[in-house]
Amino acid sequence: MTADAKPDAMPETMTETTPDRPMGVLARVLRRKLAVFALILIGIIVGAAVFAPLVAPFDPAEQFFEGLTLEGAPLPPNETFWLGTDLLGRDLLSRLIYGAQTSLIIGIVANGIAVAVGALVGILAGFFRGWVETVLMRFTDLMMAFPALLLAITLAALFRPSLWIVAMVIAMVNWVQMARVVYTETRSLSEREFILAERAMGAGLPRILFRHILPHLLSTILVFGTLGISTTVLLEATLSYLGIGVQPPTPSWGNIIYENQTYFTSAPWLVFFPGIAIIALALGFNLIGDALREVLDPTQKGRH
Amino acid sequence: MSLSPNDPSTLDETVLSVRDLRTDVATPSGRKTVVKGLSFDLKRGETLCIAGESGSGKSITALSIMGLLPEPMARVSGGEVLFEGQDLTRIGEDAMRRIRGGDIAMIFQEPMTSLNPVLTVGRQLREAIRAHQDVSRSEADARALEMLTSVRLSEPARRLKQYPHELSGGMRQRVMIAMALACNPKILIADEPTTALDVTIQAQILQLIRDLQRDFGTAVIMITHDMGVVAEMADRVIVMNHGHIVERGTVADVFERPSDPYTRGLLDAVPKLGALTGIDTAPKEADSSQPPVLEVEDLVVRFDLHGGLLNRVTSRVHAVEGVSFRLEPGETLGLVGESGCGKSTIGKALMDLVAWEGDIRIAGTPAGIGGAQQQKRLRRDMQMIFQDPYASLDPRMTAGDLVGEPLVIHGLASGSDLKDRVRALFERVGLPADAMARHPHEFSGGQRQRICIARALALSPKVIIADESVSALDVSVQAKVLDLLQELQEDLGLSYLFISHDMAVVEQVSHRIAVMYLGQIVEMGTRRQVFENPQHDYTRRLLKAVPIPDPKRRRNVFDVPTGEIPSPVLPLGQSVDRLRYSDIGDRHLVAVS
Repeated sequence: MTADAKPDAMPETMTETTPDRPMGVLARVLRRKLAVFALILIGIIVGAAVFAPLVAPFDPAEQFFEGLTLEGAPLPPNETFWLGTDLLGRDLLSRLIYGAQTSLIIGIVANGIAVAVGALVGILAGFFRGWVETVLMRFTDLMMAFPALLLAITLAALFRPSLWIVAMVIAMVNWVQMARVVYTETRSLSEREFILAERAMGAGLPRILFRHILPHLLSTILVFGTLGISTTVLLEATLSYLGIGVQPPTPSWGNIIYENQTYFTSAPWLVFFPGIAIIALALGFNLIGDALREVLDPTQKGRH
Repeated sequence: MSLSPNDPSTLDETVLSVRDLRTDVATPSGRKTVVKGLSFDLKRGETLCIAGESGSGKSITALSIMGLLPEPMARVSGGEVLFEGQDLTRIGEDAMRRIRGGDIAMIFQEPMTSLNPVLTVGRQLREAIRAHQDVSRSEADARALEMLTSVRLSEPARRLKQYPHELSGGMRQRVMIAMALACNPKILIADEPTTALDVTIQAQILQLIRDLQRDFGTAVIMITHDMGVVAEMADRVIVMNHGHIVERGTVADVFERPSDPYTRGLLDAVPKLGALTGIDTAPKEADSSQPPVLEVEDLVVRFDLHGGLLNRVTSRVHAVEGVSFRLEPGETLGLVGESGCGKSTIGKALMDLVAWEGDIRIAGTPAGIGGAQQQKRLRRDMQMIFQDPYASLDPRMTAGDLVGEPLVIHGLASGSDLKDRVRALFERVGLPADAMARHPHEFSGGQRQRICIARALALSPKVIIADESVSALDVSVQAKVLDLLQELQEDLGLSYLFISHDMAVVEQVSHRIAVMYLGQIVEMGTRRQVFENPQHDYTRRLLKAVPIPDPKRRRNVFDVPTGEIPSPVLPLGQSVDRLRYSDIGDRHLVAVS
């Protein structure tokens, strides 16, 4: 996705950014076609989630008698049910719209916590070294080696499953990769000469960490963070499938796919549309992350 | 030089003929010609030096001849390179590959990146030989051994089985030369072959290239920015600037009667070792009533090396072993030595960037005692300028923010006061005020170093540690930065600890000099004492090894003992023998052995 975005985005940075007057970050993001497209995608999804009761044509949990064929098979997309119905005769479009709530909470809150925890652990371990590094990174290795699903099942079994518990569980499982990547980058960053120069000036730790190291990690965090959205949405789906995720009848994009995957050949729309929704969400955040990375990087300005 | 290619007397002598060579490089702002109509002839057995500063197009010229341009980003757009009747710019890659390494060989600046790290030296040599000569494996091995012997590598048979990382930089460059010469090339192109090496090792390698050239009759094109190397090595010289040849001629002509103003400027800017012989320079405010701004007593820095199953300390780097010196107000102390001698570590220890032992007093206040606030306070009296200005500036910050940062960190200024002080600092180091909003990558190397100097000045320190601060700059830029440093010293009464490997630069700026070897000072005294009356063997060796940018003073043989600098790494329990000093008069300290 990012590879496709590059050829279009690069020439723009070359020609357009010779600004005499400073432009806001938003204005500069808006000059990129792909970023605008991504904002629209995210806007649609967020809008659907927030205004679900207003925009959804039906109640997502209502099983329509006319939503099934006489043989009891789900209906393909038609005039009444725009995206078709599921195995129980519920409107797929309405379920997707309500499911956006769940998936956004998981993708943004759970993934956000994972990113924050992972980045913090990585930065601390990479910068301080010594016993801090040993403790944090060995714990990270332990978490990495531990089967994520088993951990999630155990945690979910200990607490009563709810959307927020699921989000916490996913965050606990997903911070590990971020921690490893950020750790490696911080390690090499903290050995760069400009960090040495900061220390020689007498700069304190918070200043070095947050003014000089964190900004350089931004692109890594953005790229990994946006990639994590699709992973977390799918992990939520797995948990739902195992009965420890979001509890039915609350819809989530993941559990819609899992409920219906066995009927993929006879009713492909049941997997196709939620799949498209997940991809759109991930793509949207990925493109936005990419655009932000370039816009926020001053070293890209006036390169020649 | 007006050699006509049709002149029969030169035809048989000429091995390479470059005619109106043009090379284009693609840049985001469009196609740019970086080599503009270059023509020269290379005769058998001669050394042609292509000299120029960074961006002059000298390395691109070498790559163009070798057909090694990173296409399609760069390509030869015109002219011809005639070698044995063929135009090398037009023959195919297969034919070129046979010539490359066989008839024309090349050595690069950084030998580590040119060698494959996962193959033994012997295997790489063997493969290089067998790529161009139809010989058996054992014949190739024998030839490899013979070549390593001829480049005077110690223990050649053992080296064949070693990997590149087991060798020092000088040894690797010897291996590269052995590889380049293994197929008896007619032409050897050496692109800054000694730039990454220490002076004594550089002298050994230059001597080696001279000897091999005589023995093998190879024509050498040597590309260098170092006019000293040019004066020591060249038969003929080409001076390039912005892709043009601005000057060409015999080495004596170019150095003694430069016709082009650029060449004259370049030669004037080169610091010449011995230029200040007989001249006394005392610090401006040599006021002995004032206390020293920096006193260092018995400084020790050791690094533990971990290894083994339990990650225990297995050995130690004895980087600095019992160094003592004082720095008076307004004085410059030059700290010279080769890589690994501990000179940079002293700078870092003084800035508290590495753990150290001993006694450091900055403007009378002992360092390393008291809390973080007290340590931070000490930073105001002593600042540091690093070697690579680009690496030492956070690329995400503007120049103005970078220069103002020390003031912000120490809470000395904010708001419009901060802005005014930063503007004054920019003016002080000769940067335009509108540069404040730009980022480091938008500046040239010299301007970046000015930013670093402005940043170091921000806290109005008494001492500035300059760690190889002009080493990465072109000579003309270097001269201007050195002028700035000297001007600042006169105006502000600054003291400098000037750390450098470049003897000529150190001679130019220092009042006193300390020579370091293996973590200890071996000789210390005034500039005249050390440079005009060197007493320690090592000081003499260093001075002898420096290439002198004056062909009249060219030495036929670099009188430098072969061999490597011993390692400062010792197994646990073993310690370094401390040197004792004798004062041979007027505070000229020499280590006695």
